[in-house]
Amino acid sequence: MKYRPQGTSTDNQIEEIFGKAYDHKVISRLIPFLKPQKKLLLMAFSAMLIFVITQSSFPYIIKIGIDNHILNQDIEGLTWVFIAFISIAFINWVSGYLQEIFASRMSQGVLQNLRSKLFAHLQKLPMSFYDKTEVGRLMSRMHGDVGQLQEVGALIVATLGELLSLIGIIVFLMIMSFKLAIITLIVVPVLFILLIVWQKLAKRLYIENRISHSVTINNLAETINGSKIIQILTRQKTNMNSFDTKNSHLLKTSKSATYVSSGVLPGVDFLTSIAISLVIFFGSKMIGQSLDIGVLIAFVMYVQRFFDPLRQITMSYTQFQRAMASGNRIFEIMDIEPDIIDAKHCKKLTNVKGNIEFNNLSFSYAANKPVLNNINLKIKSGETLAIVGHTGSGKTTLISLLSRLYNLPLNNGSINIDGINIQDITRDSLLDHMAIVLQEPFLFSGTIMDNIKYRLTEASEEDVIKASKTVNAHQFIKDLELGYKTPILERGSNLSTGQRQLISFARAILSNPKILILDEATANIDSTTEDLIQKALKNLVYERTAIIIAHRLSTIREADNIAVMDQGNLIEVGNHKKLIQSNGLYKKLYDFNYDSIEIAR
Amino acid sequence: MATRHKWNLILAYACMLGATTSFLITPKFIGKAVDKIAASYNDGIIPTSLIIETVIAIVLLMSIRGFLSFWQTSLGENLSHKIAYSLRNKFFNKVQTISFDFHDKWHTGELISRAISDIENVRMSINMGLMRAPYFIAMFVIVSILLINLHWMLGIISIAFMPIISFNSINVRLKMRQLLRKIQITTAELSTISQENFSGARVVRSFASSKYEQSKFDSKNQEIFYQTIDAEKLRAKNATFMRFAFTVSIGIVLLIGGRLVINNELTWGELTQFIIYMQILSMPVTMAAWLVNAYARAVSSGERLFEILDAKSKLKESTNTLKIEKSNGHIIFDNVSFSYDKNISIIKNLNFEIKPGEKIAIIGTPGSGKTTIANLIPRFYDVTDGKILLDNIDIREINLNSLRKNIGLIQQDIFLFATTIRENIAYGKENATIEEVINAAKTAQIHNYIETLDKGYDTIIGERGTDLSGGQKQRIGIARAVILNPSILIMDDTTSSVDTETESLINDSLKTIMENRTTLIISNRISTVQKANKIFVIEKGEIIEEGRHQELLEKNGKYKNIYNLQLKPTENKATTTINK
Repeated sequence: MKYRPQGTSTDNQIEEIFGKAYDHKVISRLIPFLKPQKKLLLMAFSAMLIFVITQSSFPYIIKIGIDNHILNQDIEGLTWVFIAFISIAFINWVSGYLQEIFASRMSQGVLQNLRSKLFAHLQKLPMSFYDKTEVGRLMSRMHGDVGQLQEVGALIVATLGELLSLIGIIVFLMIMSFKLAIITLIVVPVLFILLIVWQKLAKRLYIENRISHSVTINNLAETINGSKIIQILTRQKTNMNSFDTKNSHLLKTSKSATYVSSGVLPGVDFLTSIAISLVIFFGSKMIGQSLDIGVLIAFVMYVQRFFDPLRQITMSYTQFQRAMASGNRIFEIMDIEPDIIDAKHCKKLTNVKGNIEFNNLSFSYAANKPVLNNINLKIKSGETLAIVGHTGSGKTTLISLLSRLYNLPLNNGSINIDGINIQDITRDSLLDHMAIVLQEPFLFSGTIMDNIKYRLTEASEEDVIKASKTVNAHQFIKDLELGYKTPILERGSNLSTGQRQLISFARAILSNPKILILDEATANIDSTTEDLIQKALKNLVYERTAIIIAHRLSTIREADNIAVMDQGNLIEVGNHKKLIQSNGLYKKLYDFNYDSIEIAR
Repeated sequence: MATRHKWNLILAYACMLGATTSFLITPKFIGKAVDKIAASYNDGIIPTSLIIETVIAIVLLMSIRGFLSFWQTSLGENLSHKIAYSLRNKFFNKVQTISFDFHDKWHTGELISRAISDIENVRMSINMGLMRAPYFIAMFVIVSILLINLHWMLGIISIAFMPIISFNSINVRLKMRQLLRKIQITTAELSTISQENFSGARVVRSFASSKYEQSKFDSKNQEIFYQTIDAEKLRAKNATFMRFAFTVSIGIVLLIGGRLVINNELTWGELTQFIIYMQILSMPVTMAAWLVNAYARAVSSGERLFEILDAKSKLKESTNTLKIEKSNGHIIFDNVSFSYDKNISIIKNLNFEIKPGEKIAIIGTPGSGKTTIANLIPRFYDVTDGKILLDNIDIREINLNSLRKNIGLIQQDIFLFATTIRENIAYGKENATIEEVINAAKTAQIHNYIETLDKGYDTIIGERGTDLSGGQKQRIGIARAVILNPSILIMDDTTSSVDTETESLINDSLKTIMENRTTLIISNRISTVQKANKIFVIEKGEIIEEGRHQELLEKNGKYKNIYNLQLKPTENKATTTINK
């Protein structure tokens, strides 16, 4: 997996903002997303063509009105020109509207499609990807970069439009007076060069400003997050000073960026005035001979329109660069091979009894660092197995493999359910019969009801209440003002950890799974809630195969079997009594747990 | 500062005045030139010198205009940057000094968004309100007067459309705001869906619910598509209509103006001026809607911003406070009550004494008020009733910083800063030597681990740096408190989110730290509190039991209850019988 960590140096940041203006790799990947929009793209282009032609013809029509009719005192002809002018204005209106609507439909379509495909791709990526990737980074791909990239379509249309209107202006100038056109157009290359140089300068300052901004904002954000500890350690003064340094630097870069961005104004004004002067000066020499007064007026009108297309064209270069950089980041993620979730021969799992077998199971996340070593373990249907061991002994990996969060490579042994290798079962059907409660309760936004139902949206309210009663969650939910309709605030901050965990238990049990896995599910909760869960445990494991990872003795003692793990090895199996008698690691862990109290006596 | 802003603004206005004047005079000269040229139809070729004069005037005027509008824009923008700068500083200072109840109330995400987007909105509106708005209004008024002055009838005809266009587009803009807000809300919902999907990746996979997640995502995504198209339609309809109306009025000027020229009621130059001024006029008219929108946005952003900047800290430091150096660590709670709001009291009439060097523990369920006790001593909140005495002085009479420097508080969630380990440990004591840092790390039993890192104490931690486990973070948090050498140590649920092994490691390190210090241990675990000189059991803000571990067990009350639950599985309790 090629996933570049974010560098901190300025060079890296520049690279992150700007790519090549044309990146073949990105464009070729983008084409499939543009293809479904082919019709819209074509329509947008046609509408744009009509729009540009009509738009740049107005000064020319004014010229016809003046030279052919006003000069000849032909009022009737002037009226006809007026009618033509209004008709063209109408066509211009309609085509302009259509162009914008088609273009935005197209780019929104690309955006929607890209987002959906990226999200779908992310769903297929293995758990190991999420272990390594920050959520914030994914969010900025999903929402920042996708937005940048979709603008490519709109940008192409806009740039082409500006280019065409520049050509349109030049063509009309040439038609009216070739000689005067050539003289006037002298300013265009100068203006163009001015804009390019200015863009380069502006870009550099823009980057500096952006970096300075993000440094300042990061500092502010960190202070907001750590405001309590800052007060505990009374560091306000130092922090204020160091923030002020960053903030002042931001002010400085903002000022220079302002000077440069408005610095282009005098140049543009000067060159425009030169162009107008050229028109008037040389026009006056030609008047009555090769051109008439209307040409002069039309020229003055056209000259003022040079600037906008030129600026748009120079700016779109930078915009293309940014879009390409975003595209690169998006396709980098899209290129990560998803795990093959289900091999072709996989079957659906039905009628589960719940016999689980680990046969010669070995596993490692990284080469040479085995996490599990040749594990052999059997759990009979309806039995409860407790797994104990130090942190890092492989307990959680064992159940991650059982639930196929990670795929088991070939020749690493097998895990069977009712005698079927789980690699031969579709993952979805496997998980339909299995429920896992993790150490950290994770709730989604929505109500408590939504959270218990989760993907079983068609579950009835009675089922939800029944599940909540089974796990002893009903009482506290009922006591909330809004009951099951209580909305979950950000990260569940309106509920205690214990209450959130009770909801996770209800969610797990709602589908009535045959296999129940508790992965340190009671490690982080207060004793009152733990008491509730302990009381519910009997009902929870009833007629289910259960695997419980825990370090609280009360939970472990009563299990049918206890598996003791150490550094990836299964070293002891048996019930509490047997393991205490055998005086091994279990006995040690058990004594240690008691020690902390007994010493105090 | 304020006077400097005033001069900045006056200068900017002067530049604006100059730029606008020269900008609006230019068409006059162009018109003059056209008149001279038109005259040549009758008088023959005009002398170059006459044209040159006008041409030079045009170049000069445009150059002056360019120069002045550079300064006008720069000065206006820079003024807004300066104000944004001081707003950011104020914001920063507010969040790091205000009392804790403020932070309990506000989500960090909300604060960050106000600091970023609302300050930016206010900044833009300063430039908009002070510079752009007067500029556009002035331009519209002056051009209208000039046009009417040139030819009153044609003038009125040519500007007749403008109020209608402005009014229409302001209306559209306000409708647009609602549409955009809808899009904003849907977009926020979409990002919540993806955010939760990514951070809950394990849950999503455990429930095999990616299809369900995809359908949730796609339906919101679709919704945004339609909402955006609606907004785009409205925008395009308005923008293109505006352009059409302008083109039509130029057409009318051509028709009527042409007739006037034919009838010799208008000169060529005047017709030219009309056409050019009409082009100029399009700017203030299109911008009217934009200004109204910016104004509306600025008002709401300003309100949101000042809600933070004007927030009052609930702590009041009196003027004649006493600065203490090294306290003895003698704490007395004298009839202390506390409530966040008047109805719900968190702590009721609490009375206890901690003698110098004593170790006191408080145990209770979440919500019993035990953390509040920890926060009252360093005055993160002030008591509602009664008083807390340190060395027999009411803590409200002690200089706040000197009080806090005497207290080391270790929280449950350790927040570490995105910098080196060394700077994190020395966070409260910036001038600490590396030896002091190492000593603190050794006492906190984290030195050995730090030594195994490639860069040792210079290792960057936090979001973009090395990941630390909960226990390691906790021990850095301890080192950070230890380095202050405080006479009072408060441990607020310090070990509740680490596993048993780590807990015992941390407890080992705490043993040395607690020596010769007044220590307050707050926890819901028996194993953490059992060794204290005295244990208070707290329920609903009141002490219900107190004594040593053994005494409390013998009392057979609440403490015994908790003890049973946590450590001693009793056979006769049906609760733990798993066998069917």
